[in-house]
Amino acid sequence: MSNPSKTTEVQTFEPRIVAFLCKWCSSAGSDLAGVSRIQYSANATPITIPCSGSVSPMYILSAFNKGADGVLISGCHPGDCHYMEGNYLARRKLYLVKELLQFIGLESERFRMSWVSAAEGVKFAEVVDEFVEDLRVLGPQNRLKAER
Amino acid sequence: MPAPDDWTPRSDAYFASPLAQGTPGKQCGLAATGDYQPSLRSPWLAAAATVDVKKVARELAKDDGVVFSEDYVYMCSDPGQTAVIDAIKDNDLNGMVISCCSPTLHEKTFRDASELGDLNAFQCEIANIREQCAWVHSDMEVATEKALKITRASVRRVQHNQALEPIGVPVTRRALVVGGGIAGIQAALDMTDAGLDVILVEKQATIGGNMLKLSETFPTLDCSQCILSPKMVSVSKNAKITLMTESEVESISGFVGNFKVKIKKKAEFVDPELCKLCDDCTPVCPVAVPNEYDVGLTNRRAIYIPFAQAIPASFTLDEEACLGLDPVVCGKCEEVCDVGAIDYDKKPTVTEEEVGAIIVATGFDLYGMEHMGEFGGGRYPDVLDGLQFERLCSASGATEGHIMRPSDHKVPKEIVFIQCSGSRDPENHCAYCSKICCMYTAKHATLYKHHVPDGQAYIFYIDIRSGGKGYEEFVQRSMENDGVIYLRGRVSRVYEKDGKLKVMGVDTLAGRNVEIDADMVVLAQAMEPSKGTAEIAKILKIGRDKDGFLAEAHPKLKPVESVTAGIYLAGAAQGPKDIPETVSQAGAAASKVIALLSKDQLAHSPTVAKVRDPYCTGCEMCVDACPYDAIALVDGKASVNEILCEGCGSCVGVCVRAAIDVKNVTQLQIHEMISAIMA
Repeated sequence: MSNPSKTTEVQTFEPRIVAFLCKWCSSAGSDLAGVSRIQYSANATPITIPCSGSVSPMYILSAFNKGADGVLISGCHPGDCHYMEGNYLARRKLYLVKELLQFIGLESERFRMSWVSAAEGVKFAEVVDEFVEDLRVLGPQNRLKAER
Repeated sequence: MPAPDDWTPRSDAYFASPLAQGTPGKQCGLAATGDYQPSLRSPWLAAAATVDVKKVARELAKDDGVVFSEDYVYMCSDPGQTAVIDAIKDNDLNGMVISCCSPTLHEKTFRDASELGDLNAFQCEIANIREQCAWVHSDMEVATEKALKITRASVRRVQHNQALEPIGVPVTRRALVVGGGIAGIQAALDMTDAGLDVILVEKQATIGGNMLKLSETFPTLDCSQCILSPKMVSVSKNAKITLMTESEVESISGFVGNFKVKIKKKAEFVDPELCKLCDDCTPVCPVAVPNEYDVGLTNRRAIYIPFAQAIPASFTLDEEACLGLDPVVCGKCEEVCDVGAIDYDKKPTVTEEEVGAIIVATGFDLYGMEHMGEFGGGRYPDVLDGLQFERLCSASGATEGHIMRPSDHKVPKEIVFIQCSGSRDPENHCAYCSKICCMYTAKHATLYKHHVPDGQAYIFYIDIRSGGKGYEEFVQRSMENDGVIYLRGRVSRVYEKDGKLKVMGVDTLAGRNVEIDADMVVLAQAMEPSKGTAEIAKILKIGRDKDGFLAEAHPKLKPVESVTAGIYLAGAAQGPKDIPETVSQAGAAASKVIALLSKDQLAHSPTVAKVRDPYCTGCEMCVDACPYDAIALVDGKASVNEILCEGCGSCVGVCVRAAIDVKNVTQLQIHEMISAIMA
């Protein structure tokens, strides 16, 4: 987390991230980060899903609609999917989502995919920290946020 | 945006949180006595605790639908589980969230407890506030806030959870063993003892693996073949074992209890039923290639039998070495074969077998000598690896058990053994300890002294790791009775000079350089996973560790299970190990399979896909996306075969009308979870 004594806007803005983690690789990788006591930003709240291939584009739009500043989807490395090819499906589909976000005027960097295996606790922490830093620069997401 | 739901939302949920999660560094350290003030217990704990569990419980109690919320220390303990069961009964709960450690640890524990409280197991969910929160964040306020979000999301989810019953799936009571070394042989025999049918697949022409190449075994100096051959014969005589040599697993489908495996067998040019082992064919074969069973110390013909004791007991034809299998070119062996066992027109076959469980025992290879340039590996004929030295000592080897130099057939009077050759060297070679080299080097030195009583053996070592029953005594005997000189230090270089191998080393205990004019050098090469391990791991979808060995599901509690249900590991494919350990692991893997296949039916997870008929237009996107062929169109609507469905949700991700869901991870539930997190 950022140090409260720093006062610039970039440093004080705390992005809110919804992180979809596949059960077999990335969620297990985040568990390993925990077991290894690797400290990282608390901005990303995880939702464990069976497979990155099960992510409907609607989940991503729903998260932005509800005010998320960033959406992370993390699955098994290509070729290592527990369900054989779910992450390939995810990769093809979510590439299009990125294009779509750009088309409707949302910075496509707000949506990120990563491949984190069950053995990559360090990488999981790095992925989250990097995403948080990049979102701090982008600032709050208002484009798709519904007025509530 | 949320898809309409088929089920009535639930009204209440039970929330509870053990304080175990709040103490990074020392989990539960001081909390074992049932302290209800986790974050205030002691200055040490207060500093370390990062989730205020009491606050989480307090806040959750205010939420809609939550009728009971409490924190508890060691919820997974017996009294903790009793408290959970009591809470379900007292409050007549129809949904429950346990906010604790990762579901991989205790989801089953609490789902079992739910059932005891008459709450369906699938109406209990775990919110992971330890690994994904308390242990990775140091700011208590922030971490508590995140723990609240995670828990609230789970509560919103569980409010829509259906009560489900596991789906019963019939079991195929057969097992497949991949690899016919001592691990695979032992596992196969153990399983047939329990009445199971076993298919044993071996890549080579004979079973026996590396153990078949050994001369004697430590620490008892039993003849390796004398203890292995009877087991090999048992395999060949066992009616319950289908032995497939020169065969490899090509592909696999299905799941625990019901795998379908395609096995490719090389063309069987010599019919093992007809071959009567007369050996008339080898003298006429004009081809000579290095004999892999003598680790290249001798040559063999294109038609050959790997060992006199080979199982199956038959000659075999090496397709690559043979002169093109064209009778016009050669065809000599067919001419001399009286019984007509040889047929050049045979083709490879692919068979599909159904099995309920698989044991992978693909063994090891020695780390290549070509990597050991500094020791003259692969360059000087008298620099050997451990397995080549075994063949020199073995009565069935090239020299019929006489130790002599491959270069000039002289008996070596001074011999140097170098341990950790390729092991424990993360910069240049393998980082890990190969575990068996200390012992087999002591054995080699002892055997050498028995063969060459007037010779001198030197061993360079880093440490002596002789853990095991009778192992340390064996090493001591080699020093005291056989006068083996142990030099603690590494060798920098081996080079040839005046017909000798000059070994430049250091003795760190004496603090001096050592130069030995040796006649022979034996490198205790590291063990590495056998060639093809990466491929079989990929085919079977089981993981490998950083060194390429097959990964067990849990390093302590699931040492023979792979991460894929129904696939087990045995032997050196999982990590370097000696014969007794390999045999124990093979027995353990076999007993796991026996237990698994002792049931008439296996429980298949009921969290499978379900089509919401009114919304399905029969576009078949899900049919194409399903990796298990579990979806088909019935009357113009998608229909899920629940036995085949693994609940991956690939169909959910592609359905443009949100007309398909995975039970208890529905799209409505995901949207609800997002709402809870973003609230």
